[in-house]
Amino acid sequence: MTKRDRHNLLTGLLFISPWAVGFLAFCAYPLAGSLYFSLCDYSALSPAVFIGGQNYRDLATDGVFWTALYNTLFFAAFAIPLGLVVALGLAVLLNFNVRGRGLFRTIIFLPSLVPMVCLAVLWQWMLNGELGLVNTVLNPVLGVINGILGTDWPAPNWLADARFAKWGIIFTVLWGAGNAVVIFLAGLQDVPRHLYESADIDGANFLQKTIHITLPIISPVIYFNMIMGLIGSLQVFAVPFVMTGGGDGPERSLLFLATYLYQNAFDYWNMGYACAIGVILFLVILLLTLAACKLSERHVFYAGK
Amino acid sequence: MTGHRNSRFAQALIYGALVLAAIAFLTPLAWMVSTSLKPLNETMSLPQAWVPSRICWENYPDSIREMHDFWRYAGNSLLLCLLSVTGTVASSALAAYGFSRIEWKGRDKVFFVLLATMMIPFPVVMVPIYGLFKELGWIGTFKPLWVPAFFAGAFNVFLLRQFFLGIPKEISEAARIDGCSEFGIFLRVILPLSKPALLIVGLFQFLYTWNDFLGPLVYLTEQKNFTLALGLQSFQSQNGGTSWHHLMAASTLIVLPVILLFFFTQKSFIEGVATTGRKN
Repeated sequence: MTKRDRHNLLTGLLFISPWAVGFLAFCAYPLAGSLYFSLCDYSALSPAVFIGGQNYRDLATDGVFWTALYNTLFFAAFAIPLGLVVALGLAVLLNFNVRGRGLFRTIIFLPSLVPMVCLAVLWQWMLNGELGLVNTVLNPVLGVINGILGTDWPAPNWLADARFAKWGIIFTVLWGAGNAVVIFLAGLQDVPRHLYESADIDGANFLQKTIHITLPIISPVIYFNMIMGLIGSLQVFAVPFVMTGGGDGPERSLLFLATYLYQNAFDYWNMGYACAIGVILFLVILLLTLAACKLSERHVFYAGK
Repeated sequence: MTGHRNSRFAQALIYGALVLAAIAFLTPLAWMVSTSLKPLNETMSLPQAWVPSRICWENYPDSIREMHDFWRYAGNSLLLCLLSVTGTVASSALAAYGFSRIEWKGRDKVFFVLLATMMIPFPVVMVPIYGLFKELGWIGTFKPLWVPAFFAGAFNVFLLRQFFLGIPKEISEAARIDGCSEFGIFLRVILPLSKPALLIVGLFQFLYTWNDFLGPLVYLTEQKNFTLALGLQSFQSQNGGTSWHHLMAASTLIVLPVILLFFFTQKSFIEGVATTGRKN
């Protein structure tokens, strides 16, 4: 190592030192701490006592935990793909050269600025079974459908009905898709024009251009939004927590992993158990991200590779 | 995908779809404002009108009074935003400089660690961090909500690094030959060139702090220290299912500053969001 190299190393480390200290204090230590406390009986009021894998054995037989895991995976399984399809669809529409495009983009982006708590309160009102706007719109539609099919489906009492509650949360979150729309739109605008022009000469239609040009080229952006969606959906907390007044909804249909973790940590002061849930949550995110990574190796196209 | 190639019919179809989408995305916001101006009995009966029989402006002062310390919560939120924005812009810029403008051994490996930390959700590390702040005697104070911002956020470092990498190396070299120190180059050359990126990071952090719910919920114990987000949740859990007009008025008041901020900074804002998905 030359003198210059050593100087650069020291300066570099000095510049990143704020981050490095933060990383150790708020990331590395708590991650190791979560792992260790998950093997302990720990209440934050008294010192942790090592108990081995007991918390995990308890989790395995804890029906409530399995419900939370199921709800979390159910939510992610629908919220992520729906979010991607809706956001990409809107971005494709916004990418057309139509009048008022900027205004449309702003309108679609605005809801993603709404704070989670406001989002939850607003949609609790929107989804109110009796007075909510959603059912006011849905009722006549259902009337027509029932008339045709001869069925007798009532409009659901969204958040008060275990069968529909999670869908209520999924719609709430979809309303904030604007962020992903803007990211997709930027990706679409980066697609080289000349590719479409050559395809036009070959007589390709819109669908063919989408499948053979647009999708492969923006696949890294799809991948990025998918990972962000994955990490966000699996730690869903604020919206269901506020909507249920800190509870877990009808028949625990709105109990998610992060909610159950919070309840164990701060309602029951069962912090060791909460950490075990945290470790599981982390593993779920890690496994799914790795799976997405593997998938991307086959399907994501990076220019220049 | 250019406009003139699309047939008239296709144009109409696209336009129709966009108008529908705009209505769907705008309606809940409009409904929030509409409800916030209704008298109580009109929120509790069907059919619900878009325009109330009488515009009840008094719902706003009433909801502020019902939330007790609304202005105090607003002050708390604002103070936390100010501290967090200052902290994260300064510390993230420093770190991003170290990750982009100086060549040092192992830099890219360490940067990979930084990227990996973005995958760790807060709930997973929440308990040990809580324990740490408890040891420090910080629970119930604002410190857990702003001190960490002074230790650079991974995402902000990532964004600023992207921007710094785009500044030509020669600019730094010239300053170096003039005898400028590394910190001098950072402060007097790179930072002034990076105002748009710094603005974006500041805006994102402002939004994050203004909107944050879990952090205040975990760390703030006394009502007088609540932020607006936490204050609204506490108001809702006491009045949920009844005074929708007041809840909507309070929500409108909390959303409004964010929307105003967005309109004043729209261009950099949208560009900032767009950059997050781009990688070099």
